[in-house]
Formats: sequence, structure tokens, C-alpha cells
Amino acid sequence: MMRITAPELEIAVLVLGMAILMVEAFVTKIDKRTLAFAAIAGLAIVFLASFFVAPFPPQNQATGFWSFYSADRLSIFFKQFALVTTIFVVIMMIDYAPVVRSSFPTSQDGLGEFFALPIFTCAGLMYLVSAIDFVFIFVSLELVTISFYVLVSFTRRNPVTLEAGAKYLVLSALSTAFIVYGIAWIFGATGQTNLQRIAEALENPSTDRGAALLGMVFVLVALGFKIAAVPFQIWVPDVYQGAPTPVTAYLSVGSKAAGFVVLLRVLQTFATLPQTQRLIVLIALLTLIYGNLAALPQTNLKRLLAYSSIAHAGYLLIGVVCFDGQAVSFYLVAYLLMTLLSFAVLIIVAQQTGEEISDFDGLGKRSPFLAFAMLIGMLSLAGLPFTAGFLGKFFIFYAAVLQRQITLIAVGVIAVGCGFYYYLKVVRAMYWPDPTASYGVAGGQSGDRIDTIPVSGLSRLALSVLIIATIWLGIYPQSILDALKNL
Amino acid sequence: MVLFVIFCPIAAAVLILVGAPARKTALAASALMFAAALFLFGSFGYGQRDFQHVTSFTISPDWRLSFTTGVDGLSLIMVLLATIITLAAVWFAGAIEKYENAFYACLLFISGGAIGAFASIDLFFFYAFHELALIPTFFLIGIWGTGNRVAAAWKITIYLAIGSFILLLGLILLYQSVPPTSRSFDIRALQAAASMELISADAQRHIYLLLLIGFGILVSLFPFHTWAPEAYASAPAPAAMLHAGVLKKFGVYGFLRLAIPLLPEGARHWSNLLMILLLGNIIYIGLVTIAQKRLDWMLGYSSVMHMGYIFLGIASAGILGVTGAAVLMFAHGLSIALLFALAGELRRRTGTLVFDELGGLSRLMPFAGLAFGFGVFAAIGLPGFANFAGEIMIFFGAFKHGWKMEGFHSFQIATVLALWGVVISTVYMLRAYRKTFMGTMPEQWKDLADLRPALRVPVTLLVGALLCYGFFPQSFVRMVVPTFRTYLTVNR
Repeated sequence: MMRITAPELEIAVLVLGMAILMVEAFVTKIDKRTLAFAAIAGLAIVFLASFFVAPFPPQNQATGFWSFYSADRLSIFFKQFALVTTIFVVIMMIDYAPVVRSSFPTSQDGLGEFFALPIFTCAGLMYLVSAIDFVFIFVSLELVTISFYVLVSFTRRNPVTLEAGAKYLVLSALSTAFIVYGIAWIFGATGQTNLQRIAEALENPSTDRGAALLGMVFVLVALGFKIAAVPFQIWVPDVYQGAPTPVTAYLSVGSKAAGFVVLLRVLQTFATLPQTQRLIVLIALLTLIYGNLAALPQTNLKRLLAYSSIAHAGYLLIGVVCFDGQAVSFYLVAYLLMTLLSFAVLIIVAQQTGEEISDFDGLGKRSPFLAFAMLIGMLSLAGLPFTAGFLGKFFIFYAAVLQRQITLIAVGVIAVGCGFYYYLKVVRAMYWPDPTASYGVAGGQSGDRIDTIPVSGLSRLALSVLIIATIWLGIYPQSILDALKNL
Repeated sequence: MVLFVIFCPIAAAVLILVGAPARKTALAASALMFAAALFLFGSFGYGQRDFQHVTSFTISPDWRLSFTTGVDGLSLIMVLLATIITLAAVWFAGAIEKYENAFYACLLFISGGAIGAFASIDLFFFYAFHELALIPTFFLIGIWGTGNRVAAAWKITIYLAIGSFILLLGLILLYQSVPPTSRSFDIRALQAAASMELISADAQRHIYLLLLIGFGILVSLFPFHTWAPEAYASAPAPAAMLHAGVLKKFGVYGFLRLAIPLLPEGARHWSNLLMILLLGNIIYIGLVTIAQKRLDWMLGYSSVMHMGYIFLGIASAGILGVTGAAVLMFAHGLSIALLFALAGELRRRTGTLVFDELGGLSRLMPFAGLAFGFGVFAAIGLPGFANFAGEIMIFFGAFKHGWKMEGFHSFQIATVLALWGVVISTVYMLRAYRKTFMGTMPEQWKDLADLRPALRVPVTLLVGALLCYGFFPQSFVRMVVPTFRTYLTVNR
């Protein structure tokens, strides 16, 4: 059997991205959606290949390339995570193509780049989860962020999107400045950029710990921006609402997951500093409270999902506080499934009616399949048993109870209660008959007027896969737990 | 066989959702479940103390998590109760105006969730199955409810979600309280750990408090009861029957299964707090019940009040009181389901349940009047009905046992006060009976007819079960006692 090493996966993805850009530039006569199918197929091949990569045990005094790049199990697992996310996002983009096209009235221009850019983001995410050196973290983070600059403001004729793009650009640049400054402080204090060597330097009593701590706080600010933790969440609702929906889904899953992996790695380095954990506890508390309370009054589903993404960052931070990589990773997997499921349904429904929750009224009647998919997504986000979301919360709170994080648990109870309200609000809109609506009042006599919503075969397949995976993981988590063992 | 009883309603619900004829499928499924539960009942091995009909599928060896089901005496009577009430509720539901399929599917999901919780030997699934019933309840009240259905649906769902989550934290703490090498979600393994006194007294106190709040919310223990009356008043009759009769008993069952046997030190520590709360249920809620002006609200409050007796039996921690709690749990399930069924039918026909607008209906509806009378007398606790057997065992048990205390102790004070509850429940039940079925009849109801023969079947089933059980409680007691004897002798 051919041996594949981890860096070859990223190279393959980058080559795929460039090939698609070339085809888009020089072959003008084809349907651009072919490019998307090619991208999905290519990513799927890389995904399959990633299972044949032997994990590299982390070396203590690695030199050259391997002092930047780790190919441990955690990173390979999250490379697969990034690939799966990107595949689903490209599938969503195909559904979203009509909206993009209407933003470029004359031709199909731009659609090709719309499908090609996520592939570069994917490569960036894959590098990011392997990065064990601050320089490499910075470079791959920028690869991700710069491709997101373009994607977020892709439908630029739409003023809301333009606003989102501008906000994302400015704040993202600010966070980049923070991370560079932080890295500089850490380098100044320890003379190292490799995470492991920094940890070793911190154990040395002659190191200036205060300076290193300051640098760590700056890095934390930048990462807090990526994972949408309070108080660095201000950009989230507007950008999430304004960006093209598949990009929103990508931001909220891919960008966040990579942020958490980097956060875990960085915090492991600084775990010897006692202030670190207290700081994260504080951020987790604020994130849980803000995300859940602010989600309560939302009426726009996309905005609701933005706040819910902040809320879930709060749960994930509980896992980070407890340094439980397995719980965080499992939660991220569950979060990937249920968030992509919700966004996929949102994209299809929004093109028919709109993004408000009230636009989902009576969806249970109009399109039972889509409504069922959304139901599973929402129940899983709320954390009902027999869905992946419940087990995610279970593992997170298991770790919290084990470490007696009483404050976090108490706030968590309130957060879960709030979550039930705002997620079930969507369920209620879909299934409860609304007396003011024009359909369904008289038991379906006027229901015939509502056309069922068309769903393409590929989307139907993707939705079914997500539904089955959500329930399967909720009943039989062992498959993922095995993959996460001994992280 | 146990697996069949759990998955029969769930499979039927899925079939109904994909298009099988709703009522026929639901009826067939609930009849099959009932037959299977009767078979389990008949083939029960009385001598054995262990769980019977055990099947197990490993889910996660790392966490010692497995899907294990089986029944012992206590869980078997709960499964039997659930199947009886499911059959009655499904039969009683009749034709539904809108979304008939979804209605029956929701009912069956609640039933499957409750049975799954009762028959699970694994803590994780014990919890998960109960939560499965949460969303169907939300739908049943929100879509097919009456009155202030939207507010009631939100209230019950969020209240119960928070309650279950606190319970989950308690269960996690329970799992972690055992040393890492013997951690397991299996209730039998936890039992063994408890008998070796591996759970420290300090941990027991914390866990017990969490379970008290968690289960307390689910069982509407005072002061966490406010969701119950409104939800039951708004719910369609079959949903109220299933929820008040079966699902709510999950919390009490959890107490009997986990809190009493595993956490004796916790129970001792918090017994005074529990005593005050249960007196709140009996006395305070009892007085509130008297003040109700509508039949459905009165029944809702009365079901909250009766939980106080069951908690008194649990608090007594003696074999007599705990057995009485189990007996009363079963009996109360039957009687409250019967009352909710008849009240629901009355509301469907008259459109009102305000006492002042009703009266003298037994002249027009002698069968309904008779059946309601049976329900009322059972709820009061007249001899001949199982409620009597349960209550008397609870009172004797609580007066006699308690945690080895000297002199005239708090358990005896509580028992004496709780006895007044019997008077209170007599007052409101008889008053409700008089105002609804006796006395002068307002002119507008003179065209009302008695229950259709089709509806008499489930009513007869419930009344029959109440009477059978009331005259021969011993067969049930014999079944339940071994469960408790194992636990209580181990722990005392």
C-alpha cells in the first residue's frame, strides 16, 4: 500500500484549488457548477486518503519542518473534520448559486471563484490544526482569514453583505494585529516560537513570566475573535447575517473548530501559569450568558444561529477550561453535524420564503422532509437525548462536574434552559398551526396552494447523511470516541 | 419481551408518521403492548430478587455504558401501568380533527419513552428515554390543547427541561462518586458499589440534593409544581392521562430506584427538608385545590397534592412506607387517568369545565357519573380501592419508621399533619362530584347523551383495574417488596 504523509493532504487540496481556478479562468464555456462537483469529488478523495495517513507521534526535539508541523492524531482528526465541513459547504453553495448569480447579472462570472475559495480555506484550516509553532499558526490563520474576506463579501451588490464584509475585514485585521503583537511579546520573553519550547522556557525560573502572560492574553484575544467568545463577539451577528449563508455556515463551523484546536494547543503551553484557567473561566461564563440571553428575542433565523454559535462557544469553553480535548472534539463533531444541518435547510427554505423564523411557519406541512431535518437539527442543538448534541453536552458537563466547576455548571443550567426556548421557537413555527396564516387553518383544505419546496438530489443526500449521523452519534458515540482516544 | 414492549410504541409511531392508518395502528400497538406486559406479569418469577428478562447491548466499553433492559417487581408494575393507560388513552382519543397521525404518534412516543425509562437498567438510557417524551408533550399541548395552551406548553417544556438537566448533573455526580475502577452506568453495579459503601457520605448529600430538585421538578414537588396544573388543564385528555398517570411517575420511580437504595445517608440528611416540601404539597396545595373553580384545574392540582403522600412514603425509608409509595403510585396513575379522561370528554361536549355552569349531569350520563364516582372515591382513598391500601401503608410506615429517632419525632408530626390531607382531598373531590354530576342541572345541558359504547371500554378498563388492584393488592405488594428488601436490608 502506498504510504501517504500528512502534508501531502494539504498539497493535494491546494493543487485541487489551483486546478479549479485555472479551469475557471481558461475554460469559459462550461457550466460553473461542474467545478463544484469536481471540488466535492476531489475533496472526497483527499478525505478518503486521510484515513491511510499514519499519525506521527509528536517528537520532543523535532527540527526543520516537523518543528512547525505536527501530524498527531488530533490534527489528522481535525483535517478530516475540515474536509467534511468543506464538502458540505460546497454542496450548500451549489444550492446557493442562484443567489450569487443574481448578484452578477451579466454572466456566470464569479461563480467559479465562489466554489474555488473554500478549497483554499480548507487547506488553511488543515494547516492550522497541525500548527505547533506560532509563526506557522499565524501564516495558516491568515490563509483562512484572507479567503474569508473575499467569501464574506462575495455578493457585494447586496448592501448588507457589503457591511458584513467591511466589519469582518476591519475586526479581523485588528485581531491579526493582536496575535502578532502577542507572539512578539512571547518571543521576547522566551526567545522561542515553537509551543513546546515555549512551555519548556516557561518552566525556567529566569524567564519573565509576566511578559509571556501578557503575550498570551493578546493571543487569546485574537483566538477569542475566531471562536466568537465574549467580549470579542460583537462582529458575529452582523457578519453572520450579512454573509452568503454557506459562508456563514463555514465561518461558524470550520473557523470555530480550527480556533478551538489552536486554543487547546496554546493553552496547553501556558497551563503552568495559574492565571490562565481563571481567565478562561471568566470568558466562558460571559460567553454562555451573553450568547444564550441574546438569542432569546431573535426573530431572524440566521441571526439566531449566529447567537447560538456564540452560546455553543461557551459550552466548548467549559471543555477547554477542564482541558478535556476529547470532550471538546466530540462536541465540535456534534456541532458540525447539527449546525450544517440547520444551515442547509435554511439555505433551501430561505430562497423560497425568507430567513425570518416566521417564514418557517407551517413548514411541516409544506415540506415534511425539510421540516424533519430542521427538527433534528434544532433538537440536537437544544441537546435532547438520542442526538449528537446531547452527548456533546453530556461529555462537556461530565468534565465540568469532575473538576467541580460549580459556577460554570450553574450558569450552564440556565443556558440549557434558554436554549430549549429559542430552538423550540423554530420547531414551534414549523409545526404548530398558526391561526393568522392563510393555510392549514381548516385542516388542509387550503393547504394545496402551497407548493412543496424542491430539493435537489445531492442536497437530499447530504441532508439525509447529516440526519442519520446526528442520530447515530447520539445513540452510538463509540465510533468517534475511538478515533479520539488518547489525544 | 421487554424490548418488544419498549419498541412497539416507538415503531408504531414511526409507522404512523410515514402513513399507516393512525388509529388502527395505535390501537393495535397498544393492545399488543398490554398483552406483552400481561405476559411479563404472568411469567414473573416471584422468588427472584434480580432483574428478569435482561438483555444488554454494549454501547461504549470505555464508559461502561450499555443499553441494558430488564424488569424487576417495581419496574414491572410501572410498565404494566404504562401499558394499561396507553391503551385507555389511545382508545379514548377517538377521531382527531387535525393532524390525526401526528397526534397518535406523539401519544405513542410518550408511552415508549416512559416504558423505556422504567425498563432501563442503565442510568444513561433511564434518563434519555424520559427526555424522549418531552417534545411530544410540547406538541400535544401546543397543537391540540385548549385554553392557554401556548403558555402552558412553553412552561411545562422549559420547566421539565431544566429539571431533567439538574437531574442529569446529579446522575453524572453519582457516576463519578464511585472510584474510577468500578464506575458504571449499570444500576446493578451502582447498587453493588453502594452496598460496599463506596459512595462517601459527603457525595451522597450532594447527589441527593440534586436528585431531589431534579426529580422534584419532574414530579411537581412543592415549590416546583407550578407547571403541572396549567399543563394538565390545557392538555388534550389522552395527553393528560399519559402524562399525569405515567410520565410524572418517572420522578417517583427514580427516587425509589436510585435515591433510596443508593443514597441512604443523603436521604437521612435531607429528610427534614423533604418533609417540609411534601407537607407543602399536601396541605398548601390541598387548600389551593379546594379553591379551584374549574374541574380540569382542580384535577391538575389534586394530582400535585397526591404526590405529597408518595413522597411521605419515600421519606419514611422503611419497607412499609416505601412499598406503600409504590402501591399508591400505581393506584394514583389509574385513578387520575380515569378522572382526566372523563373531564376531557365533558369538556369536549360542553365546552366548559367551570363548576358553576355544570351540575346534575349524572341524570343524563349515568355511566359517566358512575365511573367518575369510582374515580373520585379512589382518589379520596376509600377502602376497596388501591389508593386506600397505599395510603394506609404510607401513614403506618411513616409513623412507625423514619430514621431511628427518639420520642415524638418529626416523621410522626409530619404524618399527623399529612392525615389532614385526607380530609382536604375528601372536601374538594366530593365537592367537585356534587357540582358536576349532582344537584340542579342547568337548562342548556338537557340534550347531553351518555358516553358512547366505544368510550365505555377504556373507562371500564381503568375502573376494572382500580377495583382488581384494590381488592387484591397483595399480588402487587409481593412483587414489589423483594426489590426494596434487597435495598433496605443492605443499607440499614
